Amino acid sequence: MTVRTPDTGRATGTGPEADERGPEPVGVRLDVNGVQRHVEIEPRVSLLGALRDELQLTGAKRGCDQGTCGACTVWVDGRRVLACLTLAITCEDAEVTTVEGLATPDGTGDGRLHPMQEEFIRQDAFQCGYCTPGQIMSAVGCVREGHAGDDGEIKEWMSGNICRCAAYPHIRAAIRAARDRV
Amino acid sequence: MTTTAPTPVDGPIGRPLDRVEGHAKVTGTARYAAEVPLPGLTHAVLVGARVARGRITSIDAAEAERAEGVLAVLTHENLGKIAAQPPLLPSLAGSVAPGETFFPMQGDEIHYAGQHVALVVADTYERALHASRLVRISYAEEPSVTVIDQGRDQAYEPEAIFAGFVPGRTERGDVEAALGAADVTVDRTFTFAANHHNPIETSAATAYWEGDRLTLHDTTQGVTATQHTVAALLGVPHTRIRVIGHFTGGSFGGKAMVWHHPALAALAARKVGRPVRLALTREQMFVGCGHREEQEQRLTLGADKEGRLVALRHHKLSPTSPFDHWAEPSLGVAGQLYACPNYEGVYRLIRANTTTPTFMRCPGEATGLFALETAMDELAERVDLDPLELRLRNYTENDPASGRPWSSNGLRECLERGAERIGWERRAAPPARDGDWLIGLGMAASAYPVYGPNNPQRARARLYADGTAVVQAAVTDIGTGVLTVMTQVAAEALGLPVERCRFEGGDTDLPNVAAAVGSSGAGMVSATVHAAASALREQLVARAVGDEGSPLHGADPADVDVRDGRMVLRDAPGTGEDYAELLQRNFLPDMEATGSWGPPPQDAPFASMTFGAQFAEVAVDPVLGLVRVRRLAGAFAPGRVLNAKTARSQLMGGMIWGLSQALLEATHMEPRTGRWANASLGEYLVPVNADAPDVDVDFIEVQDTVVNPLGVKGVGEVGQAGVAPAIANAIHHAIGRRLRKLPITIEDIVAGGDEAPQ
Amino acid sequence: MRPISYVRTEGADGIDRAVGLVTADPDSHFLAGGTTEVDLLRQHVLAPNRLVDINRLPLSGVEELPDGGLRIGALTRMSEVAAAPAVQERLPMVARALVLGASAQLRHMASMGGNMMQKVRCGYYRDGESPCNKREPGAGCAALGGVSRTHAVLGTSEHCIATHPSDVAVPLVALDAVIRTRTADSERAYAIDEFFLPPGDTPDREHPLTHGELITAIDVPTPPLARRSLYLKVRDRESYEFALVSVAAALEVRDGKVSGVRIALGGVGTRPWRARRAEDALVGGPATTASFDLAARAELAEARTTPMNAFKPELARRTLVRALETLTRDGSQS
Repeated sequence: MTVRTPDTGRATGTGPEADERGPEPVGVRLDVNGVQRHVEIEPRVSLLGALRDELQLTGAKRGCDQGTCGACTVWVDGRRVLACLTLAITCEDAEVTTVEGLATPDGTGDGRLHPMQEEFIRQDAFQCGYCTPGQIMSAVGCVREGHAGDDGEIKEWMSGNICRCAAYPHIRAAIRAARDRV
Repeated sequence: MTTTAPTPVDGPIGRPLDRVEGHAKVTGTARYAAEVPLPGLTHAVLVGARVARGRITSIDAAEAERAEGVLAVLTHENLGKIAAQPPLLPSLAGSVAPGETFFPMQGDEIHYAGQHVALVVADTYERALHASRLVRISYAEEPSVTVIDQGRDQAYEPEAIFAGFVPGRTERGDVEAALGAADVTVDRTFTFAANHHNPIETSAATAYWEGDRLTLHDTTQGVTATQHTVAALLGVPHTRIRVIGHFTGGSFGGKAMVWHHPALAALAARKVGRPVRLALTREQMFVGCGHREEQEQRLTLGADKEGRLVALRHHKLSPTSPFDHWAEPSLGVAGQLYACPNYEGVYRLIRANTTTPTFMRCPGEATGLFALETAMDELAERVDLDPLELRLRNYTENDPASGRPWSSNGLRECLERGAERIGWERRAAPPARDGDWLIGLGMAASAYPVYGPNNPQRARARLYADGTAVVQAAVTDIGTGVLTVMTQVAAEALGLPVERCRFEGGDTDLPNVAAAVGSSGAGMVSATVHAAASALREQLVARAVGDEGSPLHGADPADVDVRDGRMVLRDAPGTGEDYAELLQRNFLPDMEATGSWGPPPQDAPFASMTFGAQFAEVAVDPVLGLVRVRRLAGAFAPGRVLNAKTARSQLMGGMIWGLSQALLEATHMEPRTGRWANASLGEYLVPVNADAPDVDVDFIEVQDTVVNPLGVKGVGEVGQAGVAPAIANAIHHAIGRRLRKLPITIEDIVAGGDEAPQ
Repeated sequence: MRPISYVRTEGADGIDRAVGLVTADPDSHFLAGGTTEVDLLRQHVLAPNRLVDINRLPLSGVEELPDGGLRIGALTRMSEVAAAPAVQERLPMVARALVLGASAQLRHMASMGGNMMQKVRCGYYRDGESPCNKREPGAGCAALGGVSRTHAVLGTSEHCIATHPSDVAVPLVALDAVIRTRTADSERAYAIDEFFLPPGDTPDREHPLTHGELITAIDVPTPPLARRSLYLKVRDRESYEFALVSVAAALEVRDGKVSGVRIALGGVGTRPWRARRAEDALVGGPATTASFDLAARAELAEARTTPMNAFKPELARRTLVRALETLTRDGSQS
């Protein structure tokens, strides 16, 4: 029979490891848009939660919290990933980039936009705007990965980002227009 | 995408301007309702009932209450009673607009699965979410009815549906006799799965109290509707409630009515004495903001040998909630689209254990036109006519229901233009083949009513001494482009460049307008913005001609034009001055005017409708059951287009919604438990990028002097109407089979056997 | 999502440490890409007390094996495997299955080892509350009389009909891949056929692994016939959806006769379904649609359906025939 200790619920005989962190809030270092940030969070907090609730970076959106919509797309070490299924604590020592840091790496923004952002506006590639930051982070990733060669390819490699307003043809137009400047 | 632009325009109205809020949306700085940072913010998570009908026998909240960070577990035992249940009225009425005439957590009775039974408030979202799973609730379950097949024998005919605005039965002429005398009849039954809106932003509200004043940030189509509904529920004067909703992350009808979350957030905030953010989970979006109901429609057409309709009988059966007589008005437009002297439309309802169904994009037309327009395609086949010719043969200049002429039309031109765009002449040949794919073409007419508000709409315009203007009305941006088009309307009326005009909305502290629903937002808000801005311009011109210091002193105001913020004599444009000069000389910091419009007269000798036509090219792999839409072409006559770019986007989105309705969207109810079985975006399928073909949107210009001052008929929904039947008709063209259910999925095609007809 | 603590393991020594930590504690789980673990934690389906992060262990990469096969490190991400030239050239059906799985973002996150360990998508399992023998042995199976359009028709039992969701596991089963693991005191290798267990009367037991046993690599043979292979996936959406039916197939034809064939089915089985009956029926016979059809029928003869998924055997038959026809049509045999 397994006996649980009240504090951690862990089976006895396997005390916490020296480098074990949590379950209470712990200090977590995050490099977000080139800036070192420090947050006090429980290890269960997702990268999405840390960005939105702790750092007030609400560009990454909560659409489903289960990896089915793509609205939370950010980059970790340059790769587009879903922030809702990523625990923030696993991102220590990684570079996190959100839409706020796309135009200017430090996220301060000097009014300039990334070419993909410009083309999203010009091609009217959004309506309500809620999925848009995720679409843009995914779109730049799609181009950098070399999957924006033609519309068929863009369609497939952008299908992880749902746009319920269905601006899809315009999203493709924006990617076509911006791909040579990404 | 190719289109024909409306007539070239001189002023800002109609120009394809980029969205004014574009920068905020592409940089992630646009804040939605669940993103407002507040000191001391807490997070609330709802708990839904696991049974569809019965009673709560016990609630054990002890473990949840003990969990780290939990501030409150609210249930019917401790939430407190609402002041009053407001009646069901559409939010276009500008008053209270609850999603259903039931408020949860007032007693132990369960009416539908997922009914909110507890609300857990904690200091972080993760802690609230976890604790919400620790609330133990026991139920005494009773048998439930949730689908048509369980309640067919209990169906009843309501006096009225749709918040009481649509009669349960409509008749003209003698349908029975006309059907008996018809040369040809088509009598078919159509079935429709339930649908859910699934905007990517889930419904959410952030609430905080300052003394007896409440501020709510809400995901809504109308801040005024939220304000009045929450005021009624809480028994607080609406003047003490401020509702803010600058950006709403998609709605499609799911935020058209005011569901329970804003009032619950307000009650919770009062309980814990801190700001509360309450956001529904994706799963809760299937029970927290209504749905398009499952339905069955039987449609009988009678026609003469030439295909002219002589009779139309259209019956609908659908489940509603235990509280309200709700059905989306599927029979309306389908009974008005074509000349037909004999008509009978009847709604029948079944009391079911679901929420009250609600508006969902193109509510009624999307389903009613599927029945009508697939039956029309069949009728065309029976009388050996091209489907397009059959539509033209039944074209009418008058509304068959009222007998009044249409205030503007354009259906004929839309049909012809759309046919041109898709290459309809190809349909005469046998379907083309492309490898394993058979290519089919289909078409359908499209139409959507023109709704107007029930109350006066208001706006305010203010010009500052620096020559810039701010124009305000409490409309929320749900993605329509309203902030952009109202900037254009204000700029045009004021004679200012758009860059010097700013439009503000989304706040009940601003002049009151009704919710942006039913494709009516652009028409009614443009009318009042135009009125306010025009009033301000008149005031400014009057001031100038009365001012001895002005070059325009003594001029007749009627002779003064304003261009680029400069008032000039029409016949001597060299004489004049800037607005800014006038104000600065007179030490005026600003000038301001309000405007109002509506409601439109109810006794105008016209009927109004927005018309369009939809054409689809599909590829069907009959062996693997796959249907892929290769192209959609739509032509629409929506009256005045305020911004060609945003209007086209809305129509395009609507058309892809039609594709989605045709081929993907279905919420499956599990009758045993009364629960929606696929309540996620992984299992409730909406289109992804790969599903969306290029879409051809075309405008047919029609002028309408009746509907509102600018002649705007709206583009939010007509884009969806008629797409599903156009696709079904294209499938029939490709493989020779008629499918009378939505969505049409792989198993429906596979059921037709292995070999495609040659 | 319940409270959890977190340990990160790193470096070559980290493998033993990670295995040791999880082995010693029934409430510890490995955390790799997180696409299943974090999702089901939040769904309240999985409830570990501690996550042992293995993402920085040296278990990534695609290596050549002396016998010509490929060794795919367990932490190699799906997108990396799909992009590996050796995989694209020698195992096109593997590359294709990867690219047609999930979305670009998920493929960047999900590890190959995690893909083998992913949980079923059955809504009754995922809701954390319905009767489910997989989640709670003996509780019953809500899917049996429930909404079951996507559920399995092969390898089912009266205790579970959940479909195995993996795409890439389907060609891996066809190729007789080997799953390599590490326990606290040994290294093990499982033939992939033995790795995915049928539900039988223990649907909670999905793999033969002991608690704390870690997948380190997947060894994939690269038989010549696999160079001309395909993965055909049938689903409602054009992308970002699990298969209703999928087929991984490789075919070798000499003198009009089938000299070698590998077939596995996805979307229809409680595990990635190696179609041995179909293979047996085909080998040595003519490479014609008629024989493809007979082979497909043989494979699907024992399918058991529910009212909602009754279309699947017929759809699977057609998809299999189409896959083999395509391989023949493309002149895949030179």
